[in-house]
Amino acid sequence: MPELLGKDFIPPDIRGKVTGAAKYAEDFRMDGLVYCRLLTSPMPHARVRNIDLTEALRMAGVVDVLTADEVPEQPGAATNILTNEPHFVGEPILAVAAVDETTAQNAIEAIRLDLEPLPFCVDPLESLRPGGPNAYLEGNTVVPRQGVQELKWSTEDFEAAEEGQLPMGEPGAEWSYGDLEAGFSGTALTLDETFVTASHSHHSMEPRTALAYWENGKCHVRGSTQSQSFVVPGLANYIGIEPENLVYVAEYCGGGFGSKGSAYPCMAIPAYMSKKTGRPVLMRISRAEEYYLGSARPGFQGRIKMGFQEDGQISAVDLYIVQESGSNGGGGDMGAAASAVSIVYTPLAMRYRGISVLTNTPPRGAQRGPGQNQIAMAVEPLLDKAARQLGIDLVAIRRINAPTNDSRYGASRQPVTSAHLRDALDMGAEQFAWQERRARSGQRNGSKIRATAVGQAFHSAGASGFDGLVRITPDGVLHIHSGVGNLGTYSYASTSRVAADALKYDWDNCQIVRGDSSLGLPWNLGQFGSNTSFTMTRTNYAAAMDALRKLKEIAAIEFGGSAEDYDISGENVFSKSNPSRRMSYARAAQKAIELGGAYSGHTVPDDINPMTARAVASVVDTGLIGVARDNMGQSGMVPALAAGFIEIELDVETGKVEIIDYLGVADCGTVNHPQGLATQIKGGAVMGFGMALTERHLYDDVWGLPGSVGLYQAKPPSYLDVPSEMGWAAVNIADPENPVGSKGIGEPLMGCSAAALLCAISEALEGHYFNRTPVVTDMIVNAYSGQPQSHTPLQVNTQ
Amino acid sequence: MMKDMIPGFELIQPSSVEGALNLLEEYREDGWALAGGMDSLGWFKNRGKRPAAVIDLEGLDALRGIDETSNGIEIGALTTLTEVERNPLIRERFSLLSEAASKVASPQIRNAGTLGGNLCQDTRCWYYRYGVSCYRAGGNTCYAGATEALNREHAIFGANRCVAVSPSDTAIALVALDAEMVVRNSSGERVIKADSFFMEPAVDIMRMTVLNPEDLLIKVRIPNTWNGADFYFEKASDRGSWDFSLVSVASAIKSTGDRIDDARIVCGAVQCIPRRLQEVETMIRGQIRNEDTAAQAGSMAVQGAEPLDYNHFKIPLMENLVKRAVRG
Repeated sequence: MPELLGKDFIPPDIRGKVTGAAKYAEDFRMDGLVYCRLLTSPMPHARVRNIDLTEALRMAGVVDVLTADEVPEQPGAATNILTNEPHFVGEPILAVAAVDETTAQNAIEAIRLDLEPLPFCVDPLESLRPGGPNAYLEGNTVVPRQGVQELKWSTEDFEAAEEGQLPMGEPGAEWSYGDLEAGFSGTALTLDETFVTASHSHHSMEPRTALAYWENGKCHVRGSTQSQSFVVPGLANYIGIEPENLVYVAEYCGGGFGSKGSAYPCMAIPAYMSKKTGRPVLMRISRAEEYYLGSARPGFQGRIKMGFQEDGQISAVDLYIVQESGSNGGGGDMGAAASAVSIVYTPLAMRYRGISVLTNTPPRGAQRGPGQNQIAMAVEPLLDKAARQLGIDLVAIRRINAPTNDSRYGASRQPVTSAHLRDALDMGAEQFAWQERRARSGQRNGSKIRATAVGQAFHSAGASGFDGLVRITPDGVLHIHSGVGNLGTYSYASTSRVAADALKYDWDNCQIVRGDSSLGLPWNLGQFGSNTSFTMTRTNYAAAMDALRKLKEIAAIEFGGSAEDYDISGENVFSKSNPSRRMSYARAAQKAIELGGAYSGHTVPDDINPMTARAVASVVDTGLIGVARDNMGQSGMVPALAAGFIEIELDVETGKVEIIDYLGVADCGTVNHPQGLATQIKGGAVMGFGMALTERHLYDDVWGLPGSVGLYQAKPPSYLDVPSEMGWAAVNIADPENPVGSKGIGEPLMGCSAAALLCAISEALEGHYFNRTPVVTDMIVNAYSGQPQSHTPLQVNTQ
Repeated sequence: MMKDMIPGFELIQPSSVEGALNLLEEYREDGWALAGGMDSLGWFKNRGKRPAAVIDLEGLDALRGIDETSNGIEIGALTTLTEVERNPLIRERFSLLSEAASKVASPQIRNAGTLGGNLCQDTRCWYYRYGVSCYRAGGNTCYAGATEALNREHAIFGANRCVAVSPSDTAIALVALDAEMVVRNSSGERVIKADSFFMEPAVDIMRMTVLNPEDLLIKVRIPNTWNGADFYFEKASDRGSWDFSLVSVASAIKSTGDRIDDARIVCGAVQCIPRRLQEVETMIRGQIRNEDTAAQAGSMAVQGAEPLDYNHFKIPLMENLVKRAVRG
């Protein structure tokens, strides 16, 4: 039985956050520091004709200017570090370094920038029309291995769709399984709905600030990223150096939500500016700039046809998604959305088609539940629509379609490691008093209607093949080297406790080494994709097992016999047959140094990543080294599944939605860290409420200008907009492919709450399906008043 | 577009009201009176307003506080919205105003923001705030009123080249309470009725109030006229906190039994100024306060509304809010 796992603890970074001692990227200062500000594009698509720096360079305090000609151009539809052809409003064109930020900004105002406006597009469907505008001069979609290409649908494609329905021309990606035609024949009910899910900014509280300087041939960067080791190769590539020549510090991250999982181009600007000026450079990104050049979740224009059998089982799904991929080609949301449908609803047959379209809006990238959460918002209210028409309870229709351990995932029909959504639904229904609340759902009190609903979501949540590194020093301390990063969930810490448990360590005798690549951090996957709980428990376990083996071997060398004759307890390794023959971990660590070789890191396994090998080399002879690649094998996809239960009160006269109560239930395998999970469930719920109800992402399609570039305009929920108390629960059934039973969970916790809220709003409005998310105030007021909606059926960026 | 970098300016911190007025007179269009900063700092950060001198009113204690007078109360313009919300005298006599103040933005903003600032703040039309050269910014077009413009938050009444709306929650309460604005400059003092304080674009498209650059709003007087009336305030917005109104309503109704003797009803965020519904007030005077009267009031309130592409939802929303205000 693990001593530490499953228990609450105080993660080591809490003290710094509470006291303010924690240093985020913009908290660092250095002698000789200069400040960098960006001249960004005022146009959605343009070409630089001329830049006159004369006046700016003459200004006192201006140190230098960095232009796009001095940094490498990124291939294809990628965001550039700096560019002479901006593809969205706010894309950096050049940077100015000065002794202070005000001077730098004043210099930017003194630059005479001559831009040639180019055609632009903020609506994917418009771009797909014959003769429609392209976001790039080369085209409007990214074709794998071919780069940006032009794809237009025919007039007939558009005419084939009925008014308000998504046209479905040539897709860029497609897959299917099962017999779709048979699946749709003889169904008790077929729904065919067109939908729009809006793009959403990431709203990271800490903007993507970076500081850089060069020292002894190495570039040192302090950045804001969710991940640590995973960032290094990409950032080194942007800077144009080898990964071993980058020192990367990212001890804290004030929110990323997917947008800071990997290196991003503007991080490299201070590095180039520092190289040019010979001085340390700090580039603080402001709140508004974060909205311009940060990133956003891709929006969907979609259509889904679902066939239901009489008992509610989904026999067939036909899904088409047009993905708004912004200026950089976006991410894999549309495919992930389709795969999510395949596992959450387990249709007997399914076809997916999708096309990713470039627009002149901010770069798109993964945001918590990329694809899975958008599709949850579109499909879950439809599931309710079907349940109502078929006379089935809303939980029951989900239960009958829910995945089991034998379910298959996506186009490849990949097996899953474990799936207990049905248990989550049952647990939630019981704890939320589902029947009792459903009995009063729909009741009206004046202008307010109560509604109770349920939502579900999924994300694949685990990976394997990464490296673990632990170290026992002669003072007896266990150092757990973690390269995963610190997104803010504390999972870097909870997963480290697996190593302590495996070595039967007192947690007070353990230290987590992290946040600075020069400390010797192994190659780990980034902290994204809900993978950390699964992936990092495995890597830390693998490293601990290596350390354990070495402890026993060292004891055998010292006392005789073989390693199998020894066991551990109380930070000692002892002979099972003669427990008086024992050696403390501290002594074993000293012995490891004396023995050298693999024991103290002189040799490392052949299969570990070069970054891990360098990490070991940096700590060689400092103690007993446990290092290993996670070779435990993985037979299938690791599904994180979640169900959210909600009760709301909707005022139909004002459109105001009050969330009365919420319960989130997770299928995350064994619970590692209860308090961390509770925070994830509640925090995910708040983020989901915003995605479903209040968040805005506006682009004027005449001028291409963004209308939501501040927190007060983009409207994520505040703590005053959500219940002060929300419930949480976990199925807590171990995943068989993780040594401690863990699975990730972060992302579906947002999708299930968003879906639940949307379902509840529909429920309050007698099953009205909005075909669009978020359901903002005007949509509710219009729906209840019987007025047409302002947003035409397939419009985007108007909410 | 947003710059997020305040430019340099001369910061002057007068220690007396007279000193402040002299500075405003001296700098005129190049000066800027800074109260809580909730609106001003946004403008400065965006470099959308670039005064040569910022006259910081922070040290003017004479402009703070809530006092009882022979005919009502006076509230200093620098009194914070939190103080307005919590003051026992205001809560007892004019809870309409405390309620309105409590709905402004967020607790943090109400702690720093002042009543005067809330009344004098600029409009929140996102095009104008973005920095486009619209009529209000001295240009020659209105971006928000154009076809297909994103104008969900904009006016359904009184558009005149500009379609922006008054963002102030307290303004509608003060108009409903027949408040008076005490305005002073270095030449003297004048008292302006609250319903004459706000500027229609047809008169001056570049100002939200009648204040001239050399003027300072000193205090707000609320007469006892509506003390004891039945008040109603409601703000419809996307978020429950930190949001501007989509539509708001403030009403004061005096009744004898069920019969309405007199009323004030004012709506916010539907016009560039607080929209007082005098015809509705007249119509309900003498009527029984019931569902029918409320429905008639709501219906009459929205007559003549002219929605833009994205804001016809404001019509039923305003109708509903007025109905609720009259229904009580």
